Amino acid sequence: MKPFAYVSAPDVATAVRVIAAEPNAKFIGGGTNLVDLMREDIEQPDTVVDITRLPLTEIEELPGGGVRVGALVRNSHLAAHRLIRTRYPVLSQAILAGASAQLRNMATVGGNLLQRTRCPYFYDGAAACNKRVPGSGCDAIGGFNRNHAVLGVSDDCIATHPSDMCVALAALDATVEVQSVRGLRRVPLADFYRLPGGTPHLETALEPDELITAVEVPELTAPSSYRKVRDRASYAFALVSVAAALEVTDGVVTDVRLALGGVAAKPWRARQAEAVLLGAPATDESFRRAAEAELEPAVGRPDNTFKIELAQRTIVATLRRLSDRSLGVGRMA
Amino acid sequence: MVTLRMRVNGTTRSLDIEPWVSLLDALREQLDLTGTKKGCDQGACGACTVLADGERINSCLALAVQYEDRDITTIEGITHPIQQAFIEHDGFQCGYCTSGQICSAIGMLAEHGAGMPSAVTEPGATGLSEAEIRERMSGNLCRCGAYNGIVDAIKEVAR
Ligand SMILES: Cc1cc2nc3c(=O)[nH]c(=O)nc-3n(C[C@H](O)[C@H](O)[C@H](O)COP(=O)(O)OP(=O)(O)OC[C@H]3O[C@@H](n4cnc5c(N)ncnc54)[C@H](O)[C@@H]3O)c2cc1C
Ligand code: SF4
Ligand code: FES
Ligand code: FES
Repeated sequence: MKPFAYVSAPDVATAVRVIAAEPNAKFIGGGTNLVDLMREDIEQPDTVVDITRLPLTEIEELPGGGVRVGALVRNSHLAAHRLIRTRYPVLSQAILAGASAQLRNMATVGGNLLQRTRCPYFYDGAAACNKRVPGSGCDAIGGFNRNHAVLGVSDDCIATHPSDMCVALAALDATVEVQSVRGLRRVPLADFYRLPGGTPHLETALEPDELITAVEVPELTAPSSYRKVRDRASYAFALVSVAAALEVTDGVVTDVRLALGGVAAKPWRARQAEAVLLGAPATDESFRRAAEAELEPAVGRPDNTFKIELAQRTIVATLRRLSDRSLGVGRMA
Repeated sequence: MVTLRMRVNGTTRSLDIEPWVSLLDALREQLDLTGTKKGCDQGACGACTVLADGERINSCLALAVQYEDRDITTIEGITHPIQQAFIEHDGFQCGYCTSGQICSAIGMLAEHGAGMPSAVTEPGATGLSEAEIRERMSGNLCRCGAYNGIVDAIKEVAR
């Protein structure tokens, strides 16, 4: 690990002032991604600004039924919180499907949003990787790409965003609140992540000196859930995941939110599928048509073409379970 | 070099360390508490699990400086019925993962007791079934495959 200076920020004003003044500085939350990347020399900050003592650890109800989550709330606490479990089961389930209990106890909301890809070539300093070294090439495209993206890919990068939590936040229309010396701004999650295009090293709308201070989630009345498919039953990143909320009235879809994980460089909001579903009968046939519409532009590689069918089936299965629930089929006592 | 204090197994210790030293290396190499093991050094195996203010964490991904003034418990500071249960149920073979398993199990029992859910918790359910134990302990790998004994040991203590 390259040596760095360490500053612990007592308040938000100090945190944003230090990050703006020090060239090549980075915030550290739980450290579960940054320490790993620094140890591999992929991240090499000169200054590390510790934000874990900032008073951004509240989960508050907002007028209008939404919830505001401080950026330093730990993943385990968010998943266990009464408001999240009752109003946004999809968010609680998504967090609990990720990493391990030890990691969730350390990981923060802000760090989870900004965790970097698990593409093995990104981690391997000897490999060509446009994300790590712009212009060097992409060893994943002709290499081992079982875990890689099928939607929104470019000729320069096919990496995925590995978060589970963020897939739920994408379905929930969350907003990210960020603060810098220039002031406060709000970025809808839909605009927060960038697709790789020709610049896969630019991943988000965040400036290097901006601090994530909170995430806001608007009210949700529809039943919701998260489903993750992976190589082992627990403690593995998603091959494909689906975050969904579905409301069915008199057999017709009256509200639907759908997002996919493991398939793109960002949590993928499935707008095409939603457009097919809204107003359609809540049947397997509609779910299948919606899933096909969403995955229609998908581009598979030799190792990951299976994800296209897997994503469609996981969408159908998740929506079916939610619609059965709103029809009272198999409802738990 | 940073000077900081930390409570380790109930005693306040002073450390002079570089900010890039992990909590795991600080415990093992500066405080000579070698009971906590380094498996992967990447957060992927759980061998380095310790308790920070009673919560289980992976000490390999923790910078020691971030834990200034915190209360750290390692296997050397633990006396708990789970230890005897591991012996009685053959919860280990080589023993390399065991200190992490035990710290993790203690943290897990506290989380469960506080009503924290896991990925397999059904709405309204409160028990610690075998499925619950396996899911909640999935952050601790055992290369010897002593999982059945580990689960039995935890079941006995949870009862
Ligand atoms: C073995 C292993 C398995 C995992 N499995 C999964 C999984 O299945 N699903 C999943 O979703 N995740 C998984 N993870 C990833 C884990 O969820 C992330 O590492 C974690 O959420 C990152 O949070 P952190 O607070 O530790 O971030 P840090 O490591 O502290 O920071 C990550 C990045 O975010 C920046 N940052 C942090 N907070 C802020 C802020 N408030 N404002 C601006 N920048 C900030 C840092 O500068 C850094 O660049 C796994 C990790 C490991 C090690
Ligand atoms: S897929 Fe992206 S992250 Fe992976 S090697 Fe190619 S450019 Fe790098
Ligand atoms: S050594 Fe820390 S998780 Fe493996
Ligand atoms: S007892 Fe050998 S690794 Fe678990």
